[in-house]
Amino acid sequence: MSEKTVSLFIQCLVDTMFPETGEAMITVFDRLGVAYDYPPGQTCCGQPAFNSGYSRDAAAAAKHFIDIFEDTEIIVCPSGSCVRMVRHHYPELFADDQAMHSRALAIGAKTFEFTQYLVDELGINDVGAHFPDTVTYHDSCHLSRSLGIADQPRTLLNNVRGLELIEMRDSDTCCGFGGTFSVNYPEISVAMVDEKIDNILATKASTVTGCDISCLMNILGRIKRRGEDVQVLHIAQILAADKGEKR
Amino acid sequence: MSAKPQSQYCRDAQKGMGSPRLQASLHSLQNRFGKGAMTLWAEMDDQDMRRRVKQSRMKNLDHLDILLAELAKKVRARGGHVHFAENAQDAIDYTLEVARKNEVKRVVKGKSMLSMEIAIDSALQEAGMEVVETDLGEYIIQLADDKPSHIIAPCIHMDRSRIGELFTEKLGINYTDDPPSLTAAARKALREKLLSADMGLTGCNLACAATGHISLVSNEGNIRMATTMPPVHVALMGMERIVATLDEHRETVQLLTRGAALQKLSTYVSFVGGPSTSDDPDGPKEFHLVIIDNGRSKILADPEFREVLACIRCGACLNICPVYGRIGGHAYNSPYCGPIGAVITPLLDGINKHADLCKGETLCGACKDICPVQIDLPRMLAGLRQKLAYGSDRWNTKQHNPLEAYAFTLWRQVVSWSPLYRTGLKIARLCQRPFVGKNSMIKRMAGLASGWTDGRDLPPIAKKTFTEIWQKKHATAEVKLPMATKEDNNA
Ligand code: SF4
Repeated sequence: MSEKTVSLFIQCLVDTMFPETGEAMITVFDRLGVAYDYPPGQTCCGQPAFNSGYSRDAAAAAKHFIDIFEDTEIIVCPSGSCVRMVRHHYPELFADDQAMHSRALAIGAKTFEFTQYLVDELGINDVGAHFPDTVTYHDSCHLSRSLGIADQPRTLLNNVRGLELIEMRDSDTCCGFGGTFSVNYPEISVAMVDEKIDNILATKASTVTGCDISCLMNILGRIKRRGEDVQVLHIAQILAADKGEKR
Repeated sequence: MSAKPQSQYCRDAQKGMGSPRLQASLHSLQNRFGKGAMTLWAEMDDQDMRRRVKQSRMKNLDHLDILLAELAKKVRARGGHVHFAENAQDAIDYTLEVARKNEVKRVVKGKSMLSMEIAIDSALQEAGMEVVETDLGEYIIQLADDKPSHIIAPCIHMDRSRIGELFTEKLGINYTDDPPSLTAAARKALREKLLSADMGLTGCNLACAATGHISLVSNEGNIRMATTMPPVHVALMGMERIVATLDEHRETVQLLTRGAALQKLSTYVSFVGGPSTSDDPDGPKEFHLVIIDNGRSKILADPEFREVLACIRCGACLNICPVYGRIGGHAYNSPYCGPIGAVITPLLDGINKHADLCKGETLCGACKDICPVQIDLPRMLAGLRQKLAYGSDRWNTKQHNPLEAYAFTLWRQVVSWSPLYRTGLKIARLCQRPFVGKNSMIKRMAGLASGWTDGRDLPPIAKKTFTEIWQKKHATAEVKLPMATKEDNNA
């Protein structure tokens, strides 16, 4: 096991709306014997501003993030798109500032998405979870397309006792979230998430999961509005389950 | 749904989403060609080819002036004419002058998006000429007085029954929706036009500097006829469509036809390098190559957007884009639709004017994955949004939404200072109370946020945020050693 202490980078949406996802991460780390801390003062990685074009404002958030996380050993986050923001876009934001650019690169090199950290860095394929249910997995765009993380979560899910993973059609097609896109172009966004939900329902799985709470929030919000009977869980919550409880 | 005033883009998008016919076509298009291209790239023996072609495209952009001069020299040496047109009007004037000198009455066209970009058809028609599209899809669009909705398959939004009705009305045939019969009817009508045309007007897929040719790909043979039968051929070429060598040409064409139609090579590849000669009698008496800038050198000059000029217009990005796949091509209101259209249209025709194209995507990255030359369209969309966010002198763009800009200035203060952020959250948690419904979700919000709740529920801010939970449980220890916290977190 790694001797390094993991610093939890809890995405703002997880912190504010889905704290159980953060708690589930802790449960998994406890079970695996991974030490962790939670650097105080964290807010938002800056992605909403960056994706809307407000790169200077995003840079302020990035600066704040770097200040807070600079002295950590390893940063692990339950969101692919936030990891991508830190790893790929922070260095871009400081392209004209050599000192900040180097700091951004250094932070990026030690920032990992949760499932990627478990599988690729710690070499863990089985976290000892027990979740007797049918589950389908949504590939979030930034996670799968940009970070290339698609096998790691599946490996972990396939090793969960009792869990049957049923692949949905077009699992790597965008759910239609897109940050402010979802609010600015709601009709298009909802049409996209509707197709995603139809593909989820077609698997007849009782739970849909993924590694990015933003996409899951979009899917959850529409599932509730449509009144569909499918549970939406972040992958950490499934990996945290160890008593065979259906959450 | 929402009562907010809607832009043309949103209205057209909704029209597209409301058409079952279009939805069915888009679905099968993306299923076949989008997925097909991804499989093709994954299975291609030469896994380095896309990177290589991209690299050569970028290199050629760096040396564009030299390559174009070389091309022009070679075409002229064969007796062809070359005209460099700075803008649309210049290209139109030149073509009109050629037509006037040759007393052209009928123009047959090969499929060309550039011809749409510069709106040359209406100029020719106003000058008294008949203009006939000879690509089947474009011909159908022309008969229907409609607009293309895909850069490769222009009438994807029409099904065969609609085309059957159209042919009955316009070509006087008995109604049929049988594709071979419809194709035969079009072929018969087009043959007559092709045989009697005075001028062929085409685009140019690629040009090769080393040989001094332009090349055109097609599957219907119409290009070959339009470029050889009429006495005059005018080819419109976007100035970025050039490769240096025949080797580069071969690979680029292979990626083009694979990306466009999953073909290793199109049925026809026509090379044109000048007028007919005594030892090569097939071809027009006059050949004119019009090399068009129309905003391209401005793109070339900006390192942030230069990459978009590497596009080979294969249309593959349309075949995977989840937004295009819902709304179809008409909403883009441009000859160039889909992801490539969303980047190139604002750059050519105004970022403010086409703000919806810059903002109307999720930046999912599928277009970059499928693009044969790996163009990073999402990066450039974010770049365009940056121009809208802060304004840009270089791009003559003004700040698009000052209110939004102000909101992000506030946001910046809040996320840079966590006590303020935490206080803000607490206030928001109090304010949200009346809105939380029976299923513990927020059902309705006002203003901009209604964009979310019009179609979706929103989880409220949790009674205790993760930070608050952490503070309560772990305030004493800096680093949590494993196991020490286990029972706490099984709650
Ligand atoms: S951007 Fe790429 S995929 Fe899209 S049309 Fe151009 S070359 Fe084809």
